[in-house]
Amino acid sequence: MRPFDYSRADSAKDVAGAQIIAGGTNLLDLMKIQVMTPEKLVDITRLSELTGISAEGDRLRIGALVTNSALAADARVRAGWPLLSRAILAGASVQIRNKATTGGNLLQRTRCPYFYDTSQVCNKRNPGEGCAAQGGTGRMLALYGTSEHCLAAHPSDMATAMAALQAEVEVMRASGDTVRIPLRDFYRGPGDRPDIETVLEDGDLITAVILPAPRAGARQVYRKVRDRASYAFALVSVAASVEMEGDTITRAQLAYGSIAPHPWKNHEVAEMLQGQTASDALFHRAAEALTREEAPHPDTEYKRPLLRRTLIAALRQATGLGDTAGTDTVRTPA
Amino acid sequence: MKTTLTVNGEAHEVTHDPRRSLLDTLRDDLRLTGTKKGCDHGQCGACTVLLNGERVNSCLCLTAMHDGDEVTTIEGIGSPERLSALQKAFVEKDGYQCGFCTPGQIMSATAMLREISEGAPSYVSDDLEVPKLTDTEMAERMSGNLCRCSAYPLIREAIAMASEVSQ
Ligand SMILES: Cc1cc2nc3c(=O)[nH]c(=O)nc-3n(C[C@H](O)[C@H](O)[C@H](O)COP(=O)(O)OP(=O)(O)OC[C@H]3O[C@@H](n4cnc5c(N)ncnc54)[C@H](O)[C@@H]3O)c2cc1C
Ligand code: SF4
Ligand code: FES
Ligand code: FES
Repeated sequence: MRPFDYSRADSAKDVAGAQIIAGGTNLLDLMKIQVMTPEKLVDITRLSELTGISAEGDRLRIGALVTNSALAADARVRAGWPLLSRAILAGASVQIRNKATTGGNLLQRTRCPYFYDTSQVCNKRNPGEGCAAQGGTGRMLALYGTSEHCLAAHPSDMATAMAALQAEVEVMRASGDTVRIPLRDFYRGPGDRPDIETVLEDGDLITAVILPAPRAGARQVYRKVRDRASYAFALVSVAASVEMEGDTITRAQLAYGSIAPHPWKNHEVAEMLQGQTASDALFHRAAEALTREEAPHPDTEYKRPLLRRTLIAALRQATGLGDTAGTDTVRTPA
Repeated sequence: MKTTLTVNGEAHEVTHDPRRSLLDTLRDDLRLTGTKKGCDHGQCGACTVLLNGERVNSCLCLTAMHDGDEVTTIEGIGSPERLSALQKAFVEKDGYQCGFCTPGQIMSATAMLREISEGAPSYVSDDLEVPKLTDTEMAERMSGNLCRCSAYPLIREAIAMASEVSQ
């Protein structure tokens, strides 16, 4: 690890000009192998205004320092947004979730192996240098939303569920102003600067994530496919929250993980489902629509049929057409 | 820089480089070598300790960030004369082969049994509200602790035995 100056933030103002550290589970890992080499590290873990989960009317405000474990176990989240609990619990290990924070999880870096290997060229590490994944191997790379400069995927399970739930990210700007940014506008595509992953600028601090009011009665599923049964990053994942009246789908909120540089959404697919009777034929059509485009790298071509099957399975689960184990129904407090 | 830690009930002031991990502080400065370094990257769980009661990978903790915190290591939960219920069960059930992962397994299981008793959910819980200590739940909740000797079935048997003792 390269030497750095360590300081503890006493207020949100102290983060400008330094690399923020929260749980450290991603940043320290990357610092140890010198993929990230900050000269100044600012520890935000003592900022009490970033802790705690609180109700904001029907909505829920999750402080940026709330750990993944605390968030997944929170009684309100389990009842009103069980998809979020499941998705978090599908990620990493208990040890990591006990340290990982809400803000840090959103900003975790890709798992592209060349990003981790400083002997290889990588535009995400050094913009303009080239992309070793192109012409290399890459079964963890993305399917959609990539650019010619970077094919990497965002691996967060938590962010995928938050995207389906239409969460907002609350950010305190260096000016002291607080803004709320819908999650879909928070991440940036790679373009020619894959090193810049979000709309955040120096001095910006994530203060919270806001969940909109729970959708009473919705059936929620987080389906994650990975190389081993637990403690592995997703190859593909589907977050689904489905509302029905009888056999008719009245609303489907969907997001897809590990297939794009950020949690992926496809409005055409969500609209195809709306107002329709749940059926396998419908789900197959939705899955085809989702995966029309070819993969940008031959090694991720397998993700297309995998994603189709995962979406179909998740929809069967949520609508009760298939096995419903692991499906949760949103309850709102009586 | 200086950091004060309470380790196994005893206060220590350590002087260290900002880069020092909690794992290296425990092993090299405090000579508590029961906590193991497997991967140093959060992938194996050999370095698991309790930080303010919660299990974490000490290799991914900066000592500098834990001033005033309480740490419990394998040395703090029992001694050769007075083994904890889990330590006893691991011996009885042969819950190891080479033993390298064992301190981490035992620290992790110590926290896991408490988490289940407090109703913490897992990805494989049928119902997020009422988790039960099944074999599948144990495998999922212990997945952050790898065992290269693959003693997993016996590790789970040992944990099941200890949980019966404590009930
Ligand atoms: C072995 C292993 C397995 C894993 N498996 C999974 C998995 O299956 N699924 C999954 O989703 N994740 C997985 N993870 C990733 C894990 O979820 C992240 O490491 C974690 O969520 C990061 O949170 P943190 O608080 O530790 O972030 P840190 O490491 O502290 O920070 C990460 C980044 O966020 C920035 N940051 C942190 N907080 C703020 C803030 N409030 N405002 C602005 N910037 C901030 C930091 O500057 C840094 O750039 C795994 C990690 C490991 C090590
Ligand atoms: S895909 Fe992106 S992260 Fe991977 S080597 Fe290319 S530029 Fe780097
Ligand atoms: S040494 Fe810490 S997880 Fe492997
Ligand atoms: S007993 Fe050898 S690694 Fe687990």
